[in-house]
Amino acid sequence: MTKRQITVSVDKLRRRRPAESAPPRRLPADERSCPRCQSHWRAEEMRRNLRVCATCGHHFAVSARERVGQLAEGGPWVELWPELRASDPLQFVDLQPYPDRVEKAERGGSDEALICAELEIRGHRCVAAVMDFSFLGGSMGAVVGEKIARAAERCVDKGLPLVVITASGGARMQEGVLALMQMAKTVVAFEALSDAELPTIVLLAHPTTGGVWASFASLGDVTYAEPGALIAFSGPRVIEQTTRETLPDDFGRAETQLAKGQIDAVVDRRDLTTRIARVLAILDRPTGLDPPPAVTWAQHRAEKAAEVAKHLPDLSRRLVAKAKPRRPEDADEEDVE
Amino acid sequence: MSVAARRGGRFVRRLAHRLTGQPETSAAIWETIGLARHQDRPYPLDYIGRLWPEFEELHGDRLYGDDPAIVAGIGRGVGGPVAVIGHQKGRDTAERTYRNFGMPGPEGYRKGMRVMALAEKLDLPLITLIDTPGAFPGSGAEERGQGGAIARSMQTTLRLRVPVIAVVIGEGSSGGALALGVADRVMMLENSTYSVISPEGGAAILWRDAGKARDAAAAFQPTAANCYRWGIADAVVPEPPGGAHRDHDEAARLLGGYITRALRDLRAQPPAERRRLRRERYRRIGAYREVAAGDPAAIAAGRLDATTNGSPGTP
Repeated sequence: MTKRQITVSVDKLRRRRPAESAPPRRLPADERSCPRCQSHWRAEEMRRNLRVCATCGHHFAVSARERVGQLAEGGPWVELWPELRASDPLQFVDLQPYPDRVEKAERGGSDEALICAELEIRGHRCVAAVMDFSFLGGSMGAVVGEKIARAAERCVDKGLPLVVITASGGARMQEGVLALMQMAKTVVAFEALSDAELPTIVLLAHPTTGGVWASFASLGDVTYAEPGALIAFSGPRVIEQTTRETLPDDFGRAETQLAKGQIDAVVDRRDLTTRIARVLAILDRPTGLDPPPAVTWAQHRAEKAAEVAKHLPDLSRRLVAKAKPRRPEDADEEDVE
Repeated sequence: MSVAARRGGRFVRRLAHRLTGQPETSAAIWETIGLARHQDRPYPLDYIGRLWPEFEELHGDRLYGDDPAIVAGIGRGVGGPVAVIGHQKGRDTAERTYRNFGMPGPEGYRKGMRVMALAEKLDLPLITLIDTPGAFPGSGAEERGQGGAIARSMQTTLRLRVPVIAVVIGEGSSGGALALGVADRVMMLENSTYSVISPEGGAAILWRDAGKARDAAAAFQPTAANCYRWGIADAVVPEPPGGAHRDHDEAARLLGGYITRALRDLRAQPPAERRRLRRERYRRIGAYREVAAGDPAAIAAGRLDATTNGSPGTP
């Protein structure tokens, strides 16, 4: 008689336990637990790991300022237009007045759903616009629209590329139709970059939905997404309620969107700076916009080549000069010289 | 206003009263929403048949399929030869299902973009007629790039050199409406609405109860008069007494007059200037405050009446 194996699913045991025992132990303030693999990380470790679980690769949410710090990799950066704050044009009240919501969100540490910064990513100067989902769901109101517009204009003025990281539930409903118009405003901003022939790199973080995905977030020249990020115009709950479809678990996830051809790559946060720096290096141009970049670039290469040639020792210069006229018709000219 | 009031007669006088009078009550707003969604209200094909009797409807996005929720084509009539794009709802159950209740998928917007390119090539002014509860929320639409289609539709209109006029003829909700709503002149019919989301959707999200649609409507204040005040709409087009559904011919005649006048103004501008002004129009929309950088008192106060920078729609 063969021995029969008894299989005990650890998952099942784990699932049953919370119902019987007391509510789960509250973690100390400086500790976080991974929702996917239950690994525990101290605050210090989380920061060092860029808020990615080192065991299973789960990507935690990152605040906008920390995100800029990650891009700058400890280098200096300047926040742009931190003085812009939401206003309440509709005197909007839902379950609580809009100003109270803003005030409560501001106490959470960030002053708006988007912050702009000028920084260097591995030596490439750029303007970054980073969204913060923790501030009213990263919703796009007048301030977000204005900051994106100003960021684009600064890029055009200084000839810099724009790096955008999105995390948003969509337009900010409390600002009504004015928030809707911010979609058009951000598209106008990206048009300015397009006219100036400046690159835009967009990273879609979890979640990027609604009006943000239907405006500037889908207009990047290079579009990356973080693993597992939800990217959709309508969220899964809205779709299920409206159409009575049952959606698969991977609906709208970054990996699905990659397979459907909506984004360029799914990029792990730990590789992000390298990937962005590589794109910026490919597109790097020595000066700004005037004269137009293509010409500047060609001139720069020509000047550089001339510079290199000037510093070559006499002997090799002669070799270069001599090596050239192989064809007989060129030889005559060489003789004249 | 007074000149227009004298010339336009009783409709315009009533409208002027509505635009300058007291803010609407929540009951009046809810009534307007009812009128904007009235099943007998004229839809784009009703206006097209009256304003551009010679009309050739164009079908298909040349990529995937044809979306019946958007009608697009070229026509001759008011303003000479024009290109028209609009959201088409259905009047009876069968047509409503066929038209998907006026909720377009990415194919619809791509068909629109194709017609925009056509308008640009043949130098036809573009007229868009907006009437949608929103872009269609469905997994298929998402997979085919609903968000990107809406964004690129706006991008395409911003690049056009021909005049663009957008008219909200019924309900204009969410990005699904704005995809066709980026224009040199935005007009709203007297009983139309323009909002960030439908009242039901807003209630479901903010009140967590779709039954609170009336409260949501009162909070969003999506009426034409308000949009005109905020600078979202450049003109409010009067409707026949009781609403556009009472008299389609008269509603089309009134709209035709506004389109003719707007096109005459727009044609006077050089194309590059027109495009620059169109971008400028959207660049300056938005109301925000500026606090002194690092001033903790102002930040803690968080009150919005203190230093409001710019009123909506003004530079």
